Amino acid sequence: MAGPVLEMRSIIKTFPGVTALSDVSLTVRAGEVHAVCGENGAGKSTLMKILSGVHPHGSYEGEVLFRGETCRFKDIGASEKRGIVIIHQELALVPHLSLAENIFLGNEHATRGVISWDRTLRHAAALLRRVGLDEHPQTRVADIGVGKQQLVEIAKALAKEVKLLILDEPTAALNDEDSGKLLDLMEELKGQGITSIIISHKLNEIARVADSVTVLRDGRSIETLDVKAPETTEERIIRGMVGRDLDHRFPARTPHEPERDAAPALEIRDWTVHHPIDRHRKVVDGVSLTVRRGEIVGIAGLMGAGRTELAMSVFGRSYGRYGGGTVLKDGVEIRTRTVPEAVGHGIAYVTEDRKHYGLNLIDTINRNISLGALPKVARRGIVDEHEETRVSEGFRRSMNIKAPTVFEPVGRLSGGNQQKVVLSKWIFAGPDVLILDEPTRGIDVGAKYEIYTVVDRLAAEGKAVLLISSELPELLGMCDRVYTMAAGRLTGEVSRAEATQELLMRHMTKDKQDRKGTKDMREHA
Amino acid sequence: MSTDLTAGTRADGTGKGPSGRPAGTGPGVGRLILDGLRGNMRQYGMLIALGLIVALFAVWTGGDLLLPRNVSNLVLQNSYILILAIGMMIVIISGHIDLSVGSLTAFVGAVAAVLMVEHRMAWPLAVVLVLLLGAVAGAMQGFFIAYLGIPSFIVTLAGMLLFRGLTEIFLKGQTIGPFPEGLQTVSNSFLPAVGPSTDYHNLTLVLGLALMVFVVWQEVRDRRRQREYALDVPPVGLFAAKLGALVATVLVFTLLLASYKGAPVVLLILAVLLAGFGYVMRNAIVGRHVYAIGGNLPAAKLSGVRDRKVTFLVFLNMGVLAALAGLVFAARFNAASPKAGINFELEAIAASFIGGASMSGGVGTVLGAIVGGLVLGVLNNGMNLVGIGTDWQQVIKGLVLLAAVGFDVWNKRKA
Repeated sequence: MAGPVLEMRSIIKTFPGVTALSDVSLTVRAGEVHAVCGENGAGKSTLMKILSGVHPHGSYEGEVLFRGETCRFKDIGASEKRGIVIIHQELALVPHLSLAENIFLGNEHATRGVISWDRTLRHAAALLRRVGLDEHPQTRVADIGVGKQQLVEIAKALAKEVKLLILDEPTAALNDEDSGKLLDLMEELKGQGITSIIISHKLNEIARVADSVTVLRDGRSIETLDVKAPETTEERIIRGMVGRDLDHRFPARTPHEPERDAAPALEIRDWTVHHPIDRHRKVVDGVSLTVRRGEIVGIAGLMGAGRTELAMSVFGRSYGRYGGGTVLKDGVEIRTRTVPEAVGHGIAYVTEDRKHYGLNLIDTINRNISLGALPKVARRGIVDEHEETRVSEGFRRSMNIKAPTVFEPVGRLSGGNQQKVVLSKWIFAGPDVLILDEPTRGIDVGAKYEIYTVVDRLAAEGKAVLLISSELPELLGMCDRVYTMAAGRLTGEVSRAEATQELLMRHMTKDKQDRKGTKDMREHA
Repeated sequence: MSTDLTAGTRADGTGKGPSGRPAGTGPGVGRLILDGLRGNMRQYGMLIALGLIVALFAVWTGGDLLLPRNVSNLVLQNSYILILAIGMMIVIISGHIDLSVGSLTAFVGAVAAVLMVEHRMAWPLAVVLVLLLGAVAGAMQGFFIAYLGIPSFIVTLAGMLLFRGLTEIFLKGQTIGPFPEGLQTVSNSFLPAVGPSTDYHNLTLVLGLALMVFVVWQEVRDRRRQREYALDVPPVGLFAAKLGALVATVLVFTLLLASYKGAPVVLLILAVLLAGFGYVMRNAIVGRHVYAIGGNLPAAKLSGVRDRKVTFLVFLNMGVLAALAGLVFAARFNAASPKAGINFELEAIAASFIGGASMSGGVGTVLGAIVGGLVLGVLNNGMNLVGIGTDWQQVIKGLVLLAAVGFDVWNKRKA
């Protein structure tokens, strides 16, 4: 095979307070399909943002060589000029413009500012044929499915005379058929001499299209494997992704021995959720699970597995369209169709996205903490500010929220302290069941430990905790049991004793075809 | 960035917070004032600006601005805008806008005129009916916005056209008047004179004194509470200076009004509205919910706030206040005219933004709306007195609005 077309050498990228990439090297040979894989937060996206100029030259250390020349991209435009095009997971198409207009957006066929529709349409039609999309160039993007939109993105890349195509989780939102088509197209483009990088955590996909794979873990490149070599098995790749030692980052936990005869505090039966816009897509598909009092139960899964969607849907139908299923609290069926209903039944959901869904950043700590349960500090509809301050002051101390007073706007706190405010808010609501969604995302190690201690204490007090996390060590360190999800379905249930990172990752990367044999009906509504 | 104020209490591994720790040593006085000012820049900034504008025109008009008669007029002239501004501030805090209040004001005036003048209905009954009408109009718009999800800009723009049209239909293009005397009293008269004959209006003096006592009591109570929570409080000297300034302001205002005909009745209405809505927005659960949905709607929803109900109530309330403003306006001019209330919505919106509201919602106080309204009111009045034409008045008011919000944006970026 040919020599390297791209070399990224010892890339280091830090954000305030976080090191995203501590030492990453990536070598991609000309004409190959190169996969990059790793856990959520391993640094895949950051690396691609450096390559495409989103993080401009000078904001990182290390060297990027493309076709033998050093790259100093100052923005996306500069990298595209050289033929490097990235297609993000969230597609960058304008829904109300036509396919042709989208393909040439920012790259119009024009003479002195006036678009030549003739050339535009002809060229667009040719490009659509090339990606195998049988649609008229004047169709609106909004009128075609996600799978086809993905192809439009590729056509758009081809219009820019792409030399290196980067696809970030291209099949995450696609069904089997569309995924298959996309992978076929990648092979076809390879035949036309286009090099691609595919970010994916679906190992069967990597096995199918990729020539080599680079594994990232905790901001480092661990290894690059030849996918076609016989010794490169899925097990081998998984070991690279998770192979990390578990040090003492968790409070010592005495695993809970639940009384088996008592009904679980929370039981979800056969829960199904449809995508809010694409109603044929099941984002959560027939999930059943239980959490007992005093138990911490984890849900593991990669991006797009449907964990957050499951939790938010159960919590007052806050995501997507309900497609069936029941919720039981202490063995009794309850209604959770609105957030107040769910909260009324003693369920709390602590969001993964505290800035958008958890906090009113412009308001103070005490007002954020009390918002979930204002009646508790109010009499006849009037808030007792004295009581409110006393309560939040108590949380400031017990949760060790680092702020001068509880009258500080939460927007000024660090991520870890904001997370403690969100947790305080829901602990104050006094729930029996706490659903914690990525409770330690984006916060430093010290604050993580404090949050683990709090979670542990909640379980010891007899609350049922459902812990959604992308960090396998966190799940292994904290949970009594772990469920795994992939593509909207439950793919396994592992006890604390038998759980290993490798085992969880194997369940998490299972794709649909791996799971036939279980009582599995294929989707396609 | 006040990170260095943060008490250094690192976790000691167990994650348990230190308890019974003495309050940290207070930072310097100057630092405290600066921080306090920065935190409340918008409020204090506008109060200071209001003071400066008053001083400017007081000098420019050779003292005419502060003649008792003129101060009294100022209150009467701006009362309806201030009533609207209170409601508008709440709408804007909730993250919405209401463009229909000017037309609704006119419509309510028209209906009131038809009921009282043409149908000879008893005025108290007509007032109740008309306030109900405002509630229904507000509720309708609130329903479309909250439950059908139509953007408030669109719904109230439609309302603006609709109510204006209905006003003209109702009045058949005519101006109807005069109103019964009872209603006129509410809008144009002053509190009754009681007690011994002095050079001042006694009741007004008593009310002013009561207000002074209340202000002092509340400030002292706040300060004591802050002490209880081991918060740093401003030093005694500074506190006394603040109290002195507040008392002096109330005193001057009281004396000015009392040396003319006393406090106008509408001033009392305004005071009740200010106190009532201020209290609700600050202390009632529903007020908190308004701030929450304006500050971060998804987070409020996930906290169990019934956002639709709150939005609905906010618009219903705006409707009632618009009706009240409509009555006050109609009674003041003793006629209902198809051209009433034009641009009132814009004045109320401008007052809210000058008074500290944020375009994205979640920020602002009822007091701020009043301050913003007064800034505009004093500008209007002062510019009239010195003989600046309405053409230039608009230019200047536009610049003031731009400067107030621009200053806020700049201040936020710096902080």
